[in-house]
This record gives sequence, C-alpha cells and structure tokens, in this order.
Amino acid sequence: MATATARKIRVVVAKPGLDGHDRGAKIIARALRDAGMEVIYTGLHQTPEQIAETVIQEDADAVGLSILSGAHMTLVPRVVALLAEQGVDDVLVTVGGTIPADDIPALKKLGVAAVFTPGSGTDEIVDFIRAGATERHEHGE
Amino acid sequence: MATEPRARPEFKQRDAEFSTISGREIDPLYGPDDLEPGLEERVGEPGEYPFTRGPYPSMYRGKLWTMRQFAGFGTVEETNERFHYLLDHGQTGLSTAFDMPTLMGYDSDHQRSLGEVGREGVAVDSLDDMEQLFAGIPLGGVTTSMTINAPAAILLAYYVLVGESQGVPPERLGGTIQTDILKEYIAQKEWCFPIEPAMRLVTDMIEWCTEKMPRWHPVSISGYHIREAGSTAQQELAFTLKDGFTYVERALERGLDVDDFAPRLSFFFNAHVDFFEEIAKYRAARRIWARELRDTYGAKREESMRLRFHTQTAGVSLTAQQPLNNIVRTSLEAMAAVLGGTQSLHTNSYDEALALPTEEAVRVALRTQQIIASESGVTATADPLGGSWFVEKLTDEMEAAAYGYFQRIDELGGMVEAIRRNFPQREIADASFTYQQELNERKRIVVGVNDFVSDEDEPTPILKIDPALERKQVDRLAATRARRDGAAVASALAELKRVAAGEGNLMPPIVVAARARATEGEMIAALQEVFGTYTESPVF
Repeated sequence: MATATARKIRVVVAKPGLDGHDRGAKIIARALRDAGMEVIYTGLHQTPEQIAETVIQEDADAVGLSILSGAHMTLVPRVVALLAEQGVDDVLVTVGGTIPADDIPALKKLGVAAVFTPGSGTDEIVDFIRAGATERHEHGE
Repeated sequence: MATEPRARPEFKQRDAEFSTISGREIDPLYGPDDLEPGLEERVGEPGEYPFTRGPYPSMYRGKLWTMRQFAGFGTVEETNERFHYLLDHGQTGLSTAFDMPTLMGYDSDHQRSLGEVGREGVAVDSLDDMEQLFAGIPLGGVTTSMTINAPAAILLAYYVLVGESQGVPPERLGGTIQTDILKEYIAQKEWCFPIEPAMRLVTDMIEWCTEKMPRWHPVSISGYHIREAGSTAQQELAFTLKDGFTYVERALERGLDVDDFAPRLSFFFNAHVDFFEEIAKYRAARRIWARELRDTYGAKREESMRLRFHTQTAGVSLTAQQPLNNIVRTSLEAMAAVLGGTQSLHTNSYDEALALPTEEAVRVALRTQQIIASESGVTATADPLGGSWFVEKLTDEMEAAAYGYFQRIDELGGMVEAIRRNFPQREIADASFTYQQELNERKRIVVGVNDFVSDEDEPTPILKIDPALERKQVDRLAATRARRDGAAVASALAELKRVAAGEGNLMPPIVVAARARATEGEMIAALQEVFGTYTESPVF
C-alpha cells in the first residue's frame, strides 16, 4: 500500500487510427494531469502496435483510446490483443468517442472497462480511472 | 454613459455575469454611446467596401445561399446515390466528404487504412473511383465542393479529368476544393508533408487555377475545424484570416497579381450556437479582409476585397443526448449564418453526434434551410441587424480581438512559425479546456447534458456502414492496378518526383499521373520520398 500511494497513477491517452479529432483526447489528458496523474499523450495517427508499445514502455496503469472515425471495432480489438500477447492483462482499458450504443457490449466483452460517449463529464472519467488504477496498484506491485 | 441600467434601483439579474460562449462579457444594455465614432464608414452599404453588411447589394433578394449538404460514405456508388437523392430534393450544390485514408493520402489497401475505409466519407483511390462518384451528374451544371487538403491537388486533377470525359473543359468547372493546409496543422490534423512543401502545393494550385480554372475556388480558407477543435469565435476568426493572408503572401511571392487570384479565394466558417456573436464574427470577417486586401496587399478590384463564405453549423454543439434537440440548435445556427450573410450553407443532421446521418435526418437538415429561406422572412432585406447597437459593438470587438491575435502571431514571425511553436494549437487547447470546465461546474448549461437531463432517450436509428465495403473497395483498387499500363504509371510517378525535387508547378505532372490512373497513395508516396512527412509534438 505504501508504494501504491507513493507512485502516481500513469495513464496513456492514445489516438488510434487516422482521424484528427483530438479535442476530447486533449481535454481528458489535461483533466487527468490536473487530477495528479502522470499522463502520456501519444499524439495522433497511432497504430495499435505503437499504442501497445507505449503502454508497456511507460508501465501504464490505464490506457484511454479516443476514436471518432468509426474504426473502433477494428482498432480496439487489435490493441487489446497486442497487450494480451505481451502478457499485459492488468491495464485498465477505456474507450472514448462516437461509439454507437450497439457496439458497447462487444467492446466490454473484449475487456474494455468503460466506454465514454459524447457528453461524458471529465470528473466521471477521472474518478473511474482513479478507482480502476488504484485497484491495480493494490493487487499488483 | 446614457445606458447604465445597473444604476437603476429596480435593476436585478439572475447571474452576476453574462458572457458569450467564447467568454466575452456582455453588458445589460447597448446604446449609441457604446460605439466609437465613424460607424457609418465602418458599416457601409451592402455590396460596397468594406462589405460589413454583405458582399452583394441585394443579398438574398437577388440570390439565395447555395444549400450544400456535405455527403460521403461507403463506396462511390452509395455516395453517388446520395448525391442524386439530394439534387432530387432541391439541393443546389454538391459537397464531397472523403474517408480518412483518402484525406491522409493512403490507398484503401494500405495497412493504415484497415477499418477506416468508407467510414467517415467516401473512399477515392483513383480516377476510376472519381468517375463512378460523379456518374450521371453533369459537371457543367452543378458546383462541387471537395473537402480535402493535403492531397487536394490530386483530387482536383481527378475532377478535371472527369469533366474532360464529359466534354466539360476546366474553365467551365465551378466549385471549391478546401486545400487549406495551415488549419490542418492548427486543428484538423490531416497532413502528408512538412509545412513548407505543403505550402508550395497550395501555391501551385492557386497559380494553376488562376490560369486554367476561372470559375474554381482553389482554396477554402477554413475556420470551421479550428472552432470544432474547441477554439473561441475570436480565435476562429483571427487564425482563419491570418491563414488567408499567409496564402496571399505566398501567391504574391510567386509573382501573381493579387487581383488575378484573390477573387477566387473563399472562406468557410462555423456557425456555433451563440447567435449574435456568430453574426458579429461574419460581419467582422468581411470588413477585416476587405481592408487588409486593399491596404496591405494592394488589391484594386472590389472582387478581391469581397469576402464570400460557406458556413456549416457546429458539429461540436450537437449532443448525443436527446438528439432531436439538435434540430433546434441547428436551426438557430443556420439562422445566424443567414443573418451574417453566408453564400452557402450546410446544416448538420440531428443524429451526427452518434454517427454519419441517415437519409431521413439529412432531409430534415435540408428542410431547415428551406424553411428559413421560404417561410421566415429573413431573406427579404440585406443585413437586417445592421445598425443594432449590440451587433455593431460585438462586430467592433470581434475585429479588435482578431487584430490582437494578428499582432501576437506577427511577433512570433508569422503563421507558419507560430504553428511550429504550437501557438494557435495551445490557444485552442486552453479555450477548449476552459469551456469543458464551465460545463463541469454548470456555469454553462447544455440542455440534456448537464441540465434538463432525461433518462428516457429513445434509441435513434443510425446509419450503419457495412464492413464488407472495405473488401469491395480493395478489390476495385486491385482491378484498377491490373487494368492500367504499369509502365506509364511508373514513368508518370518518376516525372512527378523529378518536378518535386525542382521548383516547377506540380499540377501538370499530377494531371499526367492521374490520367495514367496512378492512385492517390502512389502519388503521395512519391512526393513523400522527396518532401518527407510531418510529425507534431502535441500540446494539451
């Protein structure tokens, strides 16, 4: 527990795919940073491989994938699979963006912890990530 | 001040402060004393310098704005059907949305395109696709807008060749291609090359179109995406106009005469939901552009000073909650655009916070414009709000805010240098974060999101993109590659690289390569071998 509270929660905010809509990703990155977390924002146009590598290299507690291009059903499963292939099974994966309600159960089934759609408040997202990441600290390191 | 109602004992208000959505404080009342002297000169007459009241003397009595709904999804056949549908329902111009791989210069079979083909727009890989996209649409009889930037020169070449196959020469083609690469680095983030070669391509297009396509707008200088990225109205205005001045400067450096190309530059603004602030923004834009073109860039023809613009209602203002409310938001925004004197308009569909719009939602959006045009009465007189103390004051303030930004950008060494230093990007990120905080703290209310929330949202039918279309498009591309003369493509691409390494205009070799059915991705890759690519260091 002592180490868990000493170490800041580390979150990768990532923009997979080709869309350039980064307003949401930047707002979330800043809100998480203001909440005292260590935020690594990947920038735009990331491949799933680049994102998985960043998550592993940064020893992240959580990764938030921001997608507004409609390619979420292709890109999210690839990120999840790549993390699993590397033996990473304790990183909290969340998705944000224009995700139709019909796709949310399938994403959750893949292991996505939460999907935040337009209109979600930053407080809600910060609280969710803090709770999930804290749990990881307690079980893990 | 004659107008200080706060001094009256019975004066009271619900909140301590009232401000626009951009955070500009608003007084309880405006009167003649709020305006600086010289109002008549600043405002002028519609159709006369400085065009504050509109670019044309009769405005909508003479000609309504063009109703131009942006459309594109899936394959070229599906988008072609949507085009025919919109034309059949009274739309007067076409507007093409391309998918992400097309916007980024990747062919549909590129690894980076996986899952993205046809999702956010239509996939166009080669001249074959472009011919299908406009099948049955006589290009001499419509105007077409194409929203594409980094690879714009290639899509323009395809369009010119489709015209040629219909027997319509380039000088008779009317329309607009966006080409505004500076706002890509600032806000929309779809790029292929570093800034300098990208600016060369823009200037090549301006030069080529000035000579060959007198009815074409080679650049649509766009604030839309700057606003969507979270900027204020003042930032949208300032960064957009500064981008415009930068293109003018590049074309002048190329040796063009300002009065030859400036009349073909057009603008594209956002219509956000803060009604009067938006109207003031459009009026200020016309006035600033007119003054700078005349006084700074030496324009002699009024045509060069007359700012004309397309408007799209604000996607960012739409909510996923209670989506039918978006029809009302869009109506208000469209009304602001019309009262601000727009030349063409896209109204968003109510379901666009969820997905690309369904046919039914698009029809309501188009009908919204038709109701404003036919029923509301606002088209009967030019600039009906001109002379309103409030609107004139807001217009003056908007102008002052823009000049404040011009000065800061000049101090950084101009727009290109300011972008390299992340200045506009940081300003936008700050504004966007501030707005989000105001929503969190409920200092600002968005109906259905942080107030008047309802748990009973009916599921909204949304447009589904068939994942099988990606395969279909990849097969079509393979067929194109198999059919064409491979040697002709190779030599056209080699010539393109040769010109890119020198200083010649890139349009002619791009047209040659397009005619040989070189794909967009092949041409972009060839140019990237010479120019390199771009990576941003993001700020948040």
